[in-house]
Amino acid sequence: MNSINSSEFLIRNVESEEVSSTKKTTPRKTKNPNKADLVKEAKLPINKNLTDEEKIGFLRQMVRIRRFEERSLRVYQQGKIGGFLHLYIGQESLATGCVSLMGENDHVITAYRDHAHGLGVGMTMNECMAELLGKATGCSKGKGGSMHYFAPDKNYWGGHGIVGGQTPLGAGIAYALKYKGLKGCCMCFLGDGAINQGAFHESLNLAALWDLPVIYIIENNGYSMGTSQERSSSHPAEGLAARAEGYNMDWEVINGESLFAVRDGVHRAMERAHNESKPTLLEIHTYRYQGHSIADANHKKYRTKEEIEDYRQNRDPINLYRQYLLDQGIITEELNKQIDQEARDEAEASAKFADESPFPQPSEIMDDIYWSTDNNDESTSTGRHFFND
Amino acid sequence: MATIIDMPKLSDTMTEGTVANWLKNEGDAVASGDVIAEIETDKATMELEAFEDGVLLKQIIGVGGSAPVGSPIAAIGEAGETVDIPAAAAPATEAPAKEEPAPAAPTAPAPTPAVSEPAAPAAAPVTASGPVKASPLAKKLAQEAGIDLSTIKGSGPNGRVVKKDVLEAQKAGPAPAAAAAAPAVAAPVLPGQQIAVDEEIPVSKMRSVIAQRLTESKTTAPHFYLEIEMDSAPLLKLRANLNKELAELPPEKGGIKFTVNDFILKATTEAIRRVPAINRSWNGTTIKQNGSVHLAFGVAIEDGLLTPVVRDAESKSLKQVALEAKSLIGKARSKKLTPNEMSGSTFTVTNLGMFGVSSFYGIINTPNAGILSVGATIDKPVVNKAGEIVPGKVMKIGLSCDHRAIDGAVGAQFLAELKKIIETPSLILV
Amino acid sequence: MPEITYRQAVKEALSEEIERDENVVIIGEEVAQYNGAYKVTEGLLAKHGPKRVVDAPISEAGFIGMGVGASMLGIRPVMELMFWSFAYVAWDQMINNAASLRYMSGGLINVPIVIRGPANGGTSVGATHSHTPENFIANTPGLKVVCPATPYDAKGLMKAAIRDNDPVYVMESTVLYGNKGEVPEEDYIVPIGKADVKRTGADVSLIAHGRSVIMSLQAAEILENEHGIDCEVIDLRSIRPLDEETIIESVKKTGRAVLVEENKPFCGVDAQIAYLIQNRAFDYLDAPVQRISAIDAPAIYSPPLEKLQLPEADVIVKKVLKIC
Repeated sequence: MNSINSSEFLIRNVESEEVSSTKKTTPRKTKNPNKADLVKEAKLPINKNLTDEEKIGFLRQMVRIRRFEERSLRVYQQGKIGGFLHLYIGQESLATGCVSLMGENDHVITAYRDHAHGLGVGMTMNECMAELLGKATGCSKGKGGSMHYFAPDKNYWGGHGIVGGQTPLGAGIAYALKYKGLKGCCMCFLGDGAINQGAFHESLNLAALWDLPVIYIIENNGYSMGTSQERSSSHPAEGLAARAEGYNMDWEVINGESLFAVRDGVHRAMERAHNESKPTLLEIHTYRYQGHSIADANHKKYRTKEEIEDYRQNRDPINLYRQYLLDQGIITEELNKQIDQEARDEAEASAKFADESPFPQPSEIMDDIYWSTDNNDESTSTGRHFFND
Repeated sequence: MATIIDMPKLSDTMTEGTVANWLKNEGDAVASGDVIAEIETDKATMELEAFEDGVLLKQIIGVGGSAPVGSPIAAIGEAGETVDIPAAAAPATEAPAKEEPAPAAPTAPAPTPAVSEPAAPAAAPVTASGPVKASPLAKKLAQEAGIDLSTIKGSGPNGRVVKKDVLEAQKAGPAPAAAAAAPAVAAPVLPGQQIAVDEEIPVSKMRSVIAQRLTESKTTAPHFYLEIEMDSAPLLKLRANLNKELAELPPEKGGIKFTVNDFILKATTEAIRRVPAINRSWNGTTIKQNGSVHLAFGVAIEDGLLTPVVRDAESKSLKQVALEAKSLIGKARSKKLTPNEMSGSTFTVTNLGMFGVSSFYGIINTPNAGILSVGATIDKPVVNKAGEIVPGKVMKIGLSCDHRAIDGAVGAQFLAELKKIIETPSLILV
Repeated sequence: MPEITYRQAVKEALSEEIERDENVVIIGEEVAQYNGAYKVTEGLLAKHGPKRVVDAPISEAGFIGMGVGASMLGIRPVMELMFWSFAYVAWDQMINNAASLRYMSGGLINVPIVIRGPANGGTSVGATHSHTPENFIANTPGLKVVCPATPYDAKGLMKAAIRDNDPVYVMESTVLYGNKGEVPEEDYIVPIGKADVKRTGADVSLIAHGRSVIMSLQAAEILENEHGIDCEVIDLRSIRPLDEETIIESVKKTGRAVLVEENKPFCGVDAQIAYLIQNRAFDYLDAPVQRISAIDAPAIYSPPLEKLQLPEADVIVKKVLKIC
């Protein structure tokens, strides 16, 4: 009895993969938000073999995200979207770069600023826009809304509204992959405002303790709602990610201005997850132009106009990336305009689609609550499940 | 000792309450759980429940009067008891206290003026006479059987008509198509109006038994009447002392709270022991001397009277008698007395002191040969042994005897012994 | 049929389900090496190995949430809470995530998780360790909650819970773990949502769940022997889903209902049952529906007083006598 270690399973590597020292990824424990240098970062191992077509694809994806978000803002202002709307404008390189690395058994889960990841894994603008309008054609049939996009068939597990609430779920996805002996990982996104939640720290401990193949990715846009990082988090000088030291976990800080830098850092973490079944805590510096949500009326009060303008002019990930493609002759100005127009048209069409789509039927309120009641024939569960009169 | 009921705190923000209504009058019997008043708080009008059995001795705050939380508004205790209102908690009422002559309107501006209610004095009886209380099942069964629910006497909690009652009524045959029974105490009516609706009130089973038995007694047993006055102060003092020591203790440690009635029952038993001839029955051709005291006592219930029996009272201690009486009273009120618990008595005690009645003579509960009628203890001047006039507590006790079995001397002897015992109550301990 | 303890019955259910389905995994504090804080999982590590029986750190929000996440991908985690009172630190995971994922994803995701452990007072562990949160769970659409009272039901319901594709929260009782009862050797389940008539009677229906069922059965004996009152005892077994038909059928027969639970009174499970009875059996009632709950205060530590705080047989007897 004494010889049995119950966590033996959890600390050994996935059965299908031999641990080999040559595959071991060197952890980089440095703060690295240098000025973006896309020419240089394009030559990093994970980027150097990208084809022009793939590189153009990344631009297309980032532009699609921005135009979708801008279009949704207009729909919101028309009063067609309820509740909250958290926009990703300014942060596009993160979701695009991370998702671009996903293989068959890699999974994504995020918080409520979740549109970009959905579009990234291949959800259509139509189903995403329709969900915002609460339409039956939405990805969650109008039951989730802006904060709750899901596409499990595309390895996308949401879309979670409670700050930090998704972080144990991310560990669970990684646990399931490991349990099933699949070589994959879970990228679990969170904002810099989530890092002080208890559930996140519990997740870090479990991930490190049990060597779960999960990558926690802090999308650090500097503000937890209206409270700046300085006013909300105490952390080592090297950055938020350096908190991982306390859990004996690898970590890295990445400059999100550069899509290539994002891919480089996330790839390293992914290799660690795939080959060593080890978690990583990444912090990617980025910026959001809009408020925390559309309802955030104060976002120009808690930060200066100059700060926003500086990012737009000098650090915008799409601008920097586009300029790189133009400079390298990978795209022409004409193609650039075409890509932009296509994204605008697609967003416009999605707004029209969503507008014209029907709302769910009132009876659908009672669907999708229990598997049992949706699958009455197969369920052994009996009795009254709902207590409406 | 009377229990003082304080203004309760009925909401988290309540500091003062107003008596919106008294649902029990002074002198009314009150059982634990009865709603005795409605209290208006800053939030709502809420019910005030009694936590004691006894008689509502005093309404310290009249209708419309208000009092701070924690100050006395009423007193509950034994019939005939006097109430000492704690001086520290003198009522801060804005309306007249109950005993003062009631002016037509409150003297001080009332916080919430009453809505054009008859300007009756606060003492006016207020009784909710709602619809017939019946369980939904009883209602359904009665409707199906075509029985008028108001003709059925309820045996459930609070007199509720339950299934069993309807089934029994059904068995008993078609009920008279009578109007609803009149409430025991009518709501006050305006002067000049009829005092009640003209109607035929159906006779309940209990009432018909009472009518038959008492008519038989009064017409066949030649009653004669004796009365004696006694000083009840020593007995009240003994009771107060015992209760002071025992009332607060938990039952398993001997805790008990004695009523005046417990002492009367015990004293009566002791007096019967001394004068056994009172414990006889007229049998037509013989007179039966009863060897044991099976002591019945009257318990008033809604629409009637029951006489549960403390059996073999001569072999029981004061405490045993008290516990048994309490249990029987409870059962009588909830109509759970078994026939056995209501029969076989040899002597009966009845008490109307709680209504302030000074003296009366009960009708003999045949085949008993005597019934003791206990009046209220009344404060009045008495001449003490030293010939001085002093404040005294006087209780009058009447005795009705069946002259066929008992003669005047026996009755008088019995009363004299009873007086001795009550005025020297430690005798019941011997 | 062999007689085994409630504890043994739960353990057999866990062990048999681990063998039946490769995706079943037991996770919780002290469930493996320590053999279970209340010995429910004793021997399971030795029998099934460390992949299937896993010790978690004291980190309920973390490991329960992790279980929810794993269940989305088809793992069937059976998570042990050492006490259900500890659920509150994992509330977001249990109430927000587990209950809402299927709905918010428009039916794309299932959460076949089981969360089990003891939920009871009566052992002098104080207010923080004596909660019975079945009413909170039952208030949450998307969740199922069961409260077995006997070894037979404990095993059958546990197996049904593990095989269920929805989140099922199982509330056991440390006070019942040592109780013995007949449990068949062959595989069986007790369907979730099916109440059980533990005793038939004609005069009054005692409706209870969990330990209160045992107390109600004791009260029924006293009422029969000392008062000639014939009680029917209904064991709800499952709170949500709820077997309304068995309740209504019984109350229509007896005309009287006394509801017994260890929950606190306000918005307790029996508040819903009382509503149900007046709504569906109004014309059959021969007396007002009565409720007995734990005394409405935090669980007191002092042992003799805590005994008074919980619904014991004598309290049930008194309440029944009030309406019979």
